[in-house]
Amino acid sequence: MADAIQAAPAPHSQPTTWAGRFFDSDVWASFKRSKLTMAAAFLTLLFVAAALLAGLVAPQDPFDPAQLDLLNSRLPPLWDAEGQAPFLLGTDEQGRDILSAILYGLRISLAVGFLGVAFSATLGIGLGLVAGYMGGTTDAVIMRIADVQLTFPAILIALLVDGVVKSVLGGQLDGVTTLSVLVFSIGLSFWVQYARTVRGSVMVEKNKDYIAAARLIGLPAPVIMLRHVLPNVLGPVLVIATINLALAIITEATLSFLGTGMPETMPSLGTLIRIGNNYLFSGEWWIIAFPGVALALLVLAINLLGDWLRDALNPKLR
Amino acid sequence: MTEHSYVEVNDLRRLFDVSKPWLNRMLEGGERQYLKAVDGVSFDIARGETFALVGESGSGKSTVARMVVGLLPPTSGTVAIDGVSMTSAAASAERQRLRRRIQMIFQDPYASLNPRWQVDRIVAEPIRAFRLIETERDIASRVGELLSLVGLHPADGGKYPHEFSGGQRQRIAIARALASNAEFIVCDEPTSALDVSVQAQILNLMRDLQDRLGLTYLFISHNLAVVRHMASRIGVMYLGRIVEISNGRELFARPKHPYTRMLLDAVPDVGMTGRQRIPVRGEIPNPINPPSGCTFNPRCPFANDRCRMEIPPLLGGVACHAIHEGRLAVDAAA
Amino acid sequence: MPQPVLSVRDLRVEFVTRRGILKAIDGISFDIAKGEVLGVVGESGAGKSVTGSAVIGLIDPPGRIAGGEILLSGKRIDNLPPEEMRRVRGKRIGMIFQDPLTSLNPLYRVSEQLIETIRTHTNLSASAARKRAIDLLAEVGIPAPERRIDSYPHEFSGGMRQRVVIALALCAEPELIIADEPTTALDVSVQAQIIALLKRLGREHGTAIMLVTHDMGVIAETADRVAVMYAGRIAEIGPVREVVQNPLHPYAKGLMGAIPSLETDAERLVQIPGSMPRLSAIPPGCAFNPRCPFVFDRCRVERPEPIQHSEHRVACHLYDQSSVRSEAVA
Repeated sequence: MADAIQAAPAPHSQPTTWAGRFFDSDVWASFKRSKLTMAAAFLTLLFVAAALLAGLVAPQDPFDPAQLDLLNSRLPPLWDAEGQAPFLLGTDEQGRDILSAILYGLRISLAVGFLGVAFSATLGIGLGLVAGYMGGTTDAVIMRIADVQLTFPAILIALLVDGVVKSVLGGQLDGVTTLSVLVFSIGLSFWVQYARTVRGSVMVEKNKDYIAAARLIGLPAPVIMLRHVLPNVLGPVLVIATINLALAIITEATLSFLGTGMPETMPSLGTLIRIGNNYLFSGEWWIIAFPGVALALLVLAINLLGDWLRDALNPKLR
Repeated sequence: MTEHSYVEVNDLRRLFDVSKPWLNRMLEGGERQYLKAVDGVSFDIARGETFALVGESGSGKSTVARMVVGLLPPTSGTVAIDGVSMTSAAASAERQRLRRRIQMIFQDPYASLNPRWQVDRIVAEPIRAFRLIETERDIASRVGELLSLVGLHPADGGKYPHEFSGGQRQRIAIARALASNAEFIVCDEPTSALDVSVQAQILNLMRDLQDRLGLTYLFISHNLAVVRHMASRIGVMYLGRIVEISNGRELFARPKHPYTRMLLDAVPDVGMTGRQRIPVRGEIPNPINPPSGCTFNPRCPFANDRCRMEIPPLLGGVACHAIHEGRLAVDAAA
Repeated sequence: MPQPVLSVRDLRVEFVTRRGILKAIDGISFDIAKGEVLGVVGESGAGKSVTGSAVIGLIDPPGRIAGGEILLSGKRIDNLPPEEMRRVRGKRIGMIFQDPLTSLNPLYRVSEQLIETIRTHTNLSASAARKRAIDLLAEVGIPAPERRIDSYPHEFSGGMRQRVVIALALCAEPELIIADEPTTALDVSVQAQIIALLKRLGREHGTAIMLVTHDMGVIAETADRVAVMYAGRIAEIGPVREVVQNPLHPYAKGLMGAIPSLETDAERLVQIPGSMPRLSAIPPGCAFNPRCPFVFDRCRVERPEPIQHSEHRVACHLYDQSSVRSEAVA
């Protein structure tokens, strides 16, 4: 019975550590091949770092009214003849340094984005997993709800949630509550995509024999779903999550632009753009331009990452 | 037949609902449609024996396998293993205890192992699920033992399934099946995804393990030569029914049912270079709409009116009117 | 000796990957004569399908033909421009694949596909082409062809579909047919019918057939000669009866012994230890040496070239007269 299985030499010895596996993988190789993806990743990291380190880097805390001086209001960027130090990118009508506001706003935009994606992904993956694995009536009910949900645009749902919360809690909300409302409404509008994708993958995976082997030893359904099915359906979810991160940031910006998002005392990128919009025609272009450019670059970089990830994880395109 | 066989399968039936969705049926009309995947299958397996079910695609052999291990509930009929019913609700506590003793080996070794798990975790899963061994260190040494038993190296436990060839993965699947000290293993086409030289390794391994551990096999395959090599008794399935059941040597030396005869003639065999075949007629009909009477009648050279009306019972190991009536001699085939 | 229909000389096919160049085919040579069926047998990864693809010019990047030549009736075809190769492929080489659905367009009726193919390669009128299509369907054993010809591919059963594909491959009266696992997806009872059909067509039309399969039984039933491939090389080639009943190469011996038979009883099957090396890890010397029971020093350093031994050509040092151990096995 002892065959010389070991005699067949292992082809290309496999690294054993997690990091070793990653740097040996095709995904990493395809990353190294694409200059554009590397630039996008660098830009995304730069934005995240800037947001995290805003407190250290920014010349001013724009959320602290004590640091604002109305005398400094509406100053042009530094390179303009009327520009003043330390306001590199100029100031807005409250005397807020635009650069600092962008850095702090980035923090809010990214926080809403990441939390919104986390919330919608958790909701969507959970429901998709249950729908796909259970099938039958459970599946039909969950997926019909998803279908109905899809007929409402994300913005509409967000506006609806915002309206309901405001009417329950009273007109003005503080920063943290607004943030939670944004995360909740964005999460609620994006879960369908995760649910559908996960459900599709689950239906494929659950018919594979490794699931049958797990059922054979009498493991209960929730254990099989979490231990066996879930890890094998996360690939496509990662792609959706990346692309949805950009979408969530844009949705937040849109809501803030429309005035239902972050308040002016705690501006996100969208709020800054709304404020700037009022001054666009009076010549103070910098108030809207710089937050706008920051938002566009951030979303573009994340989207490029998402596109690359989709191709890299799709074996058919390799 | 003994009074109490190790595995007793009695009149097993399974329908699959293949109707269009409810909304379509309401709007477009049309009845519910059922596919009779398995239709009245009965057999026994003695302890330590290998019983094989052989048949072409759509014969229902894999469905029988899944019902026997309890992965699929039968529409009607019973399965009892060592006296415990796999089908009645009353025996569910006993059945839970029985589970440890029944395992399955699947056809596709690429789909039967969780691709994200390391091999030692895969093999240890049944041990942990049934709480057979307490400490982690003892589990690890048992897993190493199992891997050596199937011809792998204990150090292979740290690898992932994709690092192994098809044959090696099938060895891992066998190690997992043995992990819970199973006695009865259902093998669903265990070698049909493998190359011949690897198939030989796996078949030899399965026979060695049977000799050493006294295993009982239900062996499902479409390959007659493999079945002949492995099984002591064989049931031939056609469109959800067993058409002939007999011990291995007998089946190949003196096939009775016209379908068995045709199948044996059709197998390309290495030893028969240049042999002229008896031409095979027709293909397997659509199982949603099987022919009336004996399902083989449209392809059978001996069919008469009775064959087209009446389903033949399995008598004397064969379900064929022509043989029961004496129209077809049993020794006629070569 | 008449000119062979297909002649492959020292063919090499490589795949360029980021881990280096993989040699899928490493110097193989064989001929197929008019009306002859050459079986190419081997386990997965042996390079048998790649050989078929190379002959019909369907090696896609990152693969490439790295050396050698392929001659069709004496003319080189491996260096033809893609446009010309496409014409050769339809007209002079027919193809049959494992899954008949890959060769048939599901959106068109069988009649349209057959007639279009016939008219591309001949100058028959539409009605004459239709008549020829019906004749072809009748020839491959499709009952009531004048009625079935206007069906769509999905309306045929698996075996019937493979017959349609064979009819399609015959449309232009090709000199050579490459059949890559033509019966693997079919049930045993249908498989037998397709084998018989292929054999008859080769005989009646004088078409040379290259039959690529992993199933030794199919080869034994169908082929005149057989090439046993291992790790991108031909281990042994010879008349089918000779190779099946009296294989010389240790790998061929093991392969034949590993097949369970309907005739003989063996307690244990012959088993070759280990498995075929991956392309990235082909051992030096003879690629089979780590699994070979008769291995000796020379096998580990020097690659055996094919040598004639009675009716076989075998790539094994055991049969080299200058080898010390040659008597040990014979």
